Amino acid sequence: MSTRDRAPRRIVVTGASLAGLRAAEHLRDAGFDGQLTLVGDEAYEPYNRPHLSKAVLSGRLAAGHCLLPRTRDLDARWILGTAATRLVPAARQVELADGQVLPYDRLLIATGARAKPWPASGVLPRGVFLLRSRDDAERLRSALEVGPQRVLVVGGGFTGCEVASSCRALGLEVTLVHRGGAPMNSALGALVGGFAAGLQRAAGVDLRLGTTVAGFDTDPGGRMAGARLSNGEVVEADVAVVALGAVANVEWLAGSGLRADARGVRCDAACRAMTAEGRCGEIYAAGDVARWPHPLFDGELVTLEHWGNAVDQSRAAAHNMLRPPSEQREHGVVPALWSDQFGVNIKTVGLPWLADRVAVVQGSVERARFVVTYGRGNRLVGATAVDSPRVLETYGSLIAARTAFPPVINAADGPHSVVTVDAGFPAATSTGPARATRDIRERHLR
Amino acid sequence: MTMAPPALTPADLFQRILLPEHRPNPYPLWAELRDQPVARTDQGVYLVSSHRFITQLLRDPRISADRLTQHTAKRHTRLTGEDGKPVSSSLLQQDPPAHDDLRRQVMHQFVPRITGMRPHIESLVAGLLDARAAEAPGQLDVVADLAYPLPVAIICELLGVPAQDEPIFREFARKLTRGLDPVEALSQQELAELLTTRRELRDYLIGLIRQRHARPGNDLLSGLMTGGDGQPPMAVADLISTLGLLLIAGHETTVNLIANGTLALLRHPEALARLRDDPHYAAPLVEEVLRYDPPVQMTSRSTLAPIALGPVTVPAGSRVTLLLAAGNRDPHQYADPETFRPERPEGAHISFGSGLHYCVGAALARMEAQVALTAIARRLQNPSLVTDPPPYRDNAILRGPESLPVAYERLTG
Repeated sequence: MSTRDRAPRRIVVTGASLAGLRAAEHLRDAGFDGQLTLVGDEAYEPYNRPHLSKAVLSGRLAAGHCLLPRTRDLDARWILGTAATRLVPAARQVELADGQVLPYDRLLIATGARAKPWPASGVLPRGVFLLRSRDDAERLRSALEVGPQRVLVVGGGFTGCEVASSCRALGLEVTLVHRGGAPMNSALGALVGGFAAGLQRAAGVDLRLGTTVAGFDTDPGGRMAGARLSNGEVVEADVAVVALGAVANVEWLAGSGLRADARGVRCDAACRAMTAEGRCGEIYAAGDVARWPHPLFDGELVTLEHWGNAVDQSRAAAHNMLRPPSEQREHGVVPALWSDQFGVNIKTVGLPWLADRVAVVQGSVERARFVVTYGRGNRLVGATAVDSPRVLETYGSLIAARTAFPPVINAADGPHSVVTVDAGFPAATSTGPARATRDIRERHLR
Repeated sequence: MTMAPPALTPADLFQRILLPEHRPNPYPLWAELRDQPVARTDQGVYLVSSHRFITQLLRDPRISADRLTQHTAKRHTRLTGEDGKPVSSSLLQQDPPAHDDLRRQVMHQFVPRITGMRPHIESLVAGLLDARAAEAPGQLDVVADLAYPLPVAIICELLGVPAQDEPIFREFARKLTRGLDPVEALSQQELAELLTTRRELRDYLIGLIRQRHARPGNDLLSGLMTGGDGQPPMAVADLISTLGLLLIAGHETTVNLIANGTLALLRHPEALARLRDDPHYAAPLVEEVLRYDPPVQMTSRSTLAPIALGPVTVPAGSRVTLLLAAGNRDPHQYADPETFRPERPEGAHISFGSGLHYCVGAALARMEAQVALTAIARRLQNPSLVTDPPPYRDNAILRGPESLPVAYERLTG
């Protein structure tokens, strides 16, 4: 009997944010009564990241008041403010920045992701910010409180749009520069993107689409003064927020033999981390750092940097960590995410970016309340609801049931006849969803 | 050797549940019915009794609450009343998007007005108990003396109905509740009386609307009429149907909740004792009453598209009856579901519905029941049921005791 089949006595969780915390709670709920250690590189107890770009930036909530609620007493050892720096699977040990060595029987990698840094080398001007952590949010909040002339948001993904929304709510002038043809277009497509563009313009955002920031300009004091765009335009702004997506925190895994890159740690569907030789039975991954074949979408490799996935995946990982391979289960929950911006709630289920066609099935875009469904070939793969969050459960179950596209809804607030249009996802770019779209363009979904 | 009696179909069981003799305790029949969580009757109605499927359907955009949906191709048709004037159905029977606008208008006026209402409800309840004790010491009909007058007083106050008109409103509520029975259950004469009452209520409300139009006040009616804060003024036809809904839906249901809650308390002395000592117990207690003995036993919808519920696919255009009372005791959702246990952790009863028609008055109903039951527990010394079970009204949907006589030693201050 190999060690991996014996009941584990020591479990180490690297990463003390949402996925790490919930996994630890699930482990205890499932009856694990051995030694449990959580390691986090930030000095803070686990906090709720989605608040940072919304309530914290708009000043409605202090960054220190975002702690995640605990569902139970953990009886765990917490090592906060100390990063994991090395993994030695052969010795079943994790090494920490302060020299500690933690032996484990099972390891959960939940080190998450960080904001993708500005690509150019050299020192960034003062006034240019990233937003990922509580400290980032506090620094940016301080800069906004001073009342800058204009905030430049670089990148029109979810985070960029939410930052723009929070800044407008504070009465600040905002320019948003986005490579794509519409905000959030690589995640949600052209229809929702076009709606979001309208929202932003109506809210007074100076929206520059189809262009990128080529470089920042500084004043003589080295402070951010503006930016040059790739289309030749110039934006004057004294604060910039770079929101170009995220990269997985996997550097500490170098030399471990695990398959990992900026997209995440490659796992199997049961959350088990993989080496070049196959899966590794003692090491699991969950949350923003995990990249795995989603069973619902023909094993399409996905990394989902969503709150809901961190919760669901940590549950699956915890379940599997305590069981022999024959009793493990796949993590195949229908993905879901939400965003609040410019006074509307946007909620999505499934993987919209796999789609080639979309159809509005409820409400109307003009009334700013609608549900759009996404189809790849003749299969429903996603749905986005704008200000109609309650109905999305239904669409989630239709996606899970591999329902045909367009789905027959006949909702009371639906159109007289359903019209499908091109989904309008961008061709391959360096951003996550678009790249993944390219990966599977040629593949046929069941 | 005896033959086992042939098993009853869910449709048979449902017919039995509707019989008045099963009104005091329909729950064993609900449990039996739930063995088949989705069942089709000979009339083509689908009975849905599992917690999961009921919740799923209540949130599903493929269902309609509009009774006209299956009969008319055109949606949101304005019907004509029997006297030729237009009537509109209440938001309870409307679908999005018309429903959503109405509901927003109502919530916008309703929520701020009930916030902070608790002290006022406490003084109303105290006043009703004191008045009855002065008339007939040691005797209380919880239905007639407390559960009935309380919601009417509150709705009158919300609408700004003058105090001297309260008896008129109470009479409207009493008569109109009869109209919630299936139409087939009413005699020709009852039907005619119902239509008369509806007309009288409408005339009364039109008078009230005219008064407010001339002299707007701070009440909910004035608020709905004037709109504001981004909400448009409500049209008169919608005002009448909305006020009628608040009066009837908010009334009988609250009566049943308070009466069912009193029954539960007096049948479970440990809960009564605990409520007497711990005011925080009122909230979980009322939630458990809602689960255990829901004032609204079922609600109906129709399907706009085929909907898969486990192995059964309900075709488009079907009537679905969601058996809330059965779902609330679903063993897949609740451990030991037939036991009354306010301490249970599961939550998620479906007595206020779910999704877009979730009860507008849920917070107010909770508040009224919490206050009323707390007063009963704290002020009545040694209360006991005079008859157990009490007599029940015929209505199987809005199920509750007709009267609930309680004897007690004395009323404490």
